Amino acid sequence: MNDMTPTREQREAALEGMGCKRKRVEDIRFTQGKGNYVDDVKLPGMLHGDFVRSPHPHARVQKIDDSEALKVPGVLAVITAETLKTVNLAWMPTLAGDVQMVLADGKVLFQNQEVAFVVATDRYAADDGINKVIVEYEPLPPLVDPFKSMDKDAPVLREDLVGKMSGAHGPRKHDNHIFEWTVGDKELTDAAFNKAEVTIKEMISYHRTHPSPLETCQCVCSFDKIKGELTIYGTFQAPHVIRTVVALIAKLPEQKIHVIAPDIGGGFGNKVGAYPGYICAAVASIVTGKPVKWVEDRIENLTATSFARDYHMTTEIAATKDGKVTGLRVHVLADHGAFDACADPSKWPAGFFNIVTGSYDFPTAHLAVDGVYTNKAPGGVAYRCSFRVTEAAYCIERGMDILAQKLKMDPAELRLKNFIKPEQFPYHSALGWEYDSGDYHTAMRKMMETTGYAALRKEQEEKRAAFKRGETREIMGLGVSFFTEIVGAGPSKNCDILGIAMFDSCEIRMHPTGAGIARMGTKSQGQGHETTWAQIIATEIGIPADNIMVEEGNTDTAPYGLGTYGSRSTPVAGAAIAMAARKIKAKAQMIAAYKLEVHEDDLEFDIDGFRVKGLPEKFMSMKDICWAAYNSVPPGMEPGLEAVSYYDPPNMTYPFGAYLCVMDIDVDTGVYKVRRFYALDDCGTRINPMIIEGQVHGGLTEAFAIAMGQEIRYDDVGNVVTGSFMDFFMPTAVETPHWETDFTVTPSPHHPIGAKGVGESPNVGGVPAFSNAVNDAFSFLGSTHIQMPHDFWRNWKAAKELGAVA
Amino acid sequence: MIPGPFSYHRPASVADAVKLLSDLGEDARPLAGGHSLVPMMKLRLATPAHLIDLHGIAALKGISRNGNNLVIGAMTTQHELLASDDVAKSMPILHEAALLIADPQVRYRGTIGGNVANGDPGNDMPALMMTLGATYRLEGASGARDVPAADFYQGAYFTALEPGEILTSVSVPVPAAGHGYAYEKLKRKVGDYATAAAAVVLTMSGGKVATCTIGLTNVHETPLLAADAAKAVIGTGLDAATLKKAAAAAEAIMAPAADARGPVEYRKHVGGIMVTRALQRAASRAK
Ligand SMILES: Cc1cc2nc3c(=O)[nH]c(=O)nc-3n(C[C@H](O)[C@H](O)[C@H](O)COP(=O)(O)OP(=O)(O)OC[C@H]3O[C@@H](n4cnc5c(N)ncnc54)[C@H](O)[C@@H]3O)c2cc1C
Repeated sequence: MNDMTPTREQREAALEGMGCKRKRVEDIRFTQGKGNYVDDVKLPGMLHGDFVRSPHPHARVQKIDDSEALKVPGVLAVITAETLKTVNLAWMPTLAGDVQMVLADGKVLFQNQEVAFVVATDRYAADDGINKVIVEYEPLPPLVDPFKSMDKDAPVLREDLVGKMSGAHGPRKHDNHIFEWTVGDKELTDAAFNKAEVTIKEMISYHRTHPSPLETCQCVCSFDKIKGELTIYGTFQAPHVIRTVVALIAKLPEQKIHVIAPDIGGGFGNKVGAYPGYICAAVASIVTGKPVKWVEDRIENLTATSFARDYHMTTEIAATKDGKVTGLRVHVLADHGAFDACADPSKWPAGFFNIVTGSYDFPTAHLAVDGVYTNKAPGGVAYRCSFRVTEAAYCIERGMDILAQKLKMDPAELRLKNFIKPEQFPYHSALGWEYDSGDYHTAMRKMMETTGYAALRKEQEEKRAAFKRGETREIMGLGVSFFTEIVGAGPSKNCDILGIAMFDSCEIRMHPTGAGIARMGTKSQGQGHETTWAQIIATEIGIPADNIMVEEGNTDTAPYGLGTYGSRSTPVAGAAIAMAARKIKAKAQMIAAYKLEVHEDDLEFDIDGFRVKGLPEKFMSMKDICWAAYNSVPPGMEPGLEAVSYYDPPNMTYPFGAYLCVMDIDVDTGVYKVRRFYALDDCGTRINPMIIEGQVHGGLTEAFAIAMGQEIRYDDVGNVVTGSFMDFFMPTAVETPHWETDFTVTPSPHHPIGAKGVGESPNVGGVPAFSNAVNDAFSFLGSTHIQMPHDFWRNWKAAKELGAVA
Repeated sequence: MIPGPFSYHRPASVADAVKLLSDLGEDARPLAGGHSLVPMMKLRLATPAHLIDLHGIAALKGISRNGNNLVIGAMTTQHELLASDDVAKSMPILHEAALLIADPQVRYRGTIGGNVANGDPGNDMPALMMTLGATYRLEGASGARDVPAADFYQGAYFTALEPGEILTSVSVPVPAAGHGYAYEKLKRKVGDYATAAAAVVLTMSGGKVATCTIGLTNVHETPLLAADAAKAVIGTGLDAATLKKAAAAAEAIMAPAADARGPVEYRKHVGGIMVTRALQRAASRAK
């Protein structure tokens, strides 16, 4: 060895593998305005489509007159449900087993529903055309309140389902009923409540909100009549699923459909499902023979595609006097709007809401979910959460605080008392999940120590006394949240989308010079896959991450995958990457053995190559092995160094975390200040700590927005009143609190690299922390539960109702 | 969110602009920073057939002194107001309020003329101009006239501007040396219009309020002067009872609309609090 020989540390560092705070490679183009988004796609002769939308929440469509619109210069066609019927596309299937109108077929069922699609030579002409389409409506009584949807005299929304007393998920109780889903042991749970020493019951609502990515939903469809091929550029979180859905509903051969998802400006669940815009643009392209672009504007995005949440959760907990939980009973009324357009795995009408037992050792539990129709936009999607997990986390974390209040116990102590213990893992929950791993007590105690929890409680006590003496108008709240997520959908034994198992995939091709390309079935929308996937490969096979190009989003080149949402990319595709890399490594080992003239078993992997055990100078680098793979493989071996892996995970992963929010509220104005927010996340093995931190910051900012004001609100007659960022709370850097992040590491025992996923944890755990802080602030004035969102005027209203303001 | 068709004109003088406006009639609208007008056009709530862009008129720009008045050209941007040392020194409340308008991007484009001529009760400048006793110069085919800000606002988006007239400048008397001032604005986030806001300019003498003017933003279909509230504080040391009385007098003239910022009752309540806080802060600044 001479001085130039790199040390082990230097060799390790050169890889920028797992654990490295590698800078995001995609940011080089994003920060220079060189991203390539769908709206950047401009094809020769491209036309533009835009929608005529309903001003009514519920009405019969009597007549659509397009004659004036067709006279507008540049307008080429007006597509209606009648046009779509000629190709059997007036309705489309939803991922939840329902069907959805593509364009109003006889009726409109929510305000801003798509009624007609105007195709024109440019976007301005299309909009001018829209304003000339005359639609005659006969208004019908709107159904806005989900609690009234199953009333005897409720207006029937879905005439297509009248008389069908069974849906995709079993029997229907009412024309406006979609499904009832029950889990758990009812008898045992009822018995636990009958003999409980203490019980609580509260209707906890998680209001309707929206993922609202900065880039709205959009596509360019281009049909080649000669080849019979359809190319779709779109903002798709799951490009392969879109390809298969198009093949099934448009009856096109799947090899003739090319789906390309270029750079995506945020998804958060908004871009999983299929929307009328995609179908209309495709049909318009088939009809006109020209490429057709459809780009949603902000109002359309907020009011027509994919809301989230809208769960009304009647929550009951049974416990002993000293605070040991003995039973959980939850009934959910789920408002799906006009069509059940959830993007859940097909067999899960309420997603994984049965994670609602949370981090606690409930001996028994029972859950029932009723899905209903209302005159609102269809959904609801998983907004930065694994299917309905954020609703479940909010439900149980609010419930535990309410129980603590009733027991006069500290909410952190109550949680510590009821946590699943480390030795109980793998833990079988009362509602049917097998939690893979966790160490909740350590995480909770670390949170309490780091934040000085006890001192904060003391300060709160003093402030409350001062408030009662009239010395301050500010109240202080501590919001504790301890969440357990269930992510990584999912094992084929319980997860599929339209019959396709929810595996994911990776293909790696190493090039002769020690570089390579990796392609995945996932699709980054900001998660930084191009950076982190390469880091996994770097560590697994000893090639620098910089030498690995990551490509996603083109269904012609990427292996089939189910896409990116539900924090599934790292748990599922991340595993596929490691497995594919290990196949590469296995072949590399054979090549190295041949070249070093030893038996394979005599080799050990050492950072960036193979070394003969006991003979440290006999070493072959992965770079050299790549070269050898293309010119001197062992006799009988195929040349090349490539591998594909399709990974069907054996179980979900269960990230968890302990959050604390410290908030001060001015009762006179309702204005709050988030004084501190501490987030400890355990996502198992940490691939890139900087990206994790970024993900946590982003998710917490969304959680802050949702809890403190972000909502999709309808007035009493079904008008949606939050159609722009003026009223739909989108915090800027000024409003966003400072985030303190921390972690523990409890690797997943069944995942090849022990990683669990993190992207959604902060949204899931953050919302209850904020809401618990507000509720905790007001609790000493006599309230048990104040519904979200906690914006200024609602805080003031709470204070007023509690007698704290005149 | 795509505007309808319109034609675009860029005159080089006030005379040309006025001529275009009177020739083209009701279908023509002046375009200043476009940050109120263009959003309305995108929603097709405004569908002017002609836009008369005022950016080509050099005479509409800049801040100058005329005796004891600051004269601000209509096309002076909010950013330029913030950059002016004269404004910061002699009329600090204008600086303070301009900083609470929207965000830097909007302030780079939005103009004082557009802000005060728009007639939107949500705009911050109108109530402030009333508080400061400003006068607007309006120029039309039949010449120029000066209208006090206090007489300008007639209803939401209804002002004393006659068809064919352009607001060319705003003349603001410099408040007395040693005056106290405050603009208190409650908003939900950066870029939001006021849930309620109050402007206070006062002078103190011997610990008592000597003179006081109070303006209110976004609590009525027009900006308001809270004369009774101002009267209630004159001669007092702003003790708790007086502040309460002033807030109540101000609330009595408020008639905000319920919107996503809150119900009527809340907006009036916080309107009163903005008055109280502005009075206290103004008094603490007075010399
Ligand atoms: C996101 C956002 C947030 C905002 N928040 C605030 C806020 O908090 N507070 C606030 O005060 N404003 C706010 N605004 C409005 C902003 O200040 C506008 O710039 C201002 O209201 C209008 O000025 P402008 O120069 O853009 O006028 P324009 O939009 O060009 O014009 C507005 C109206 O005035 C007319 N007009 C313009 N100039 C003249 C003139 N010289 N003579 C006659 N008529 C004229 C136009 O014809 C039009 O009707 C916000 C705007 C945005 C987009």
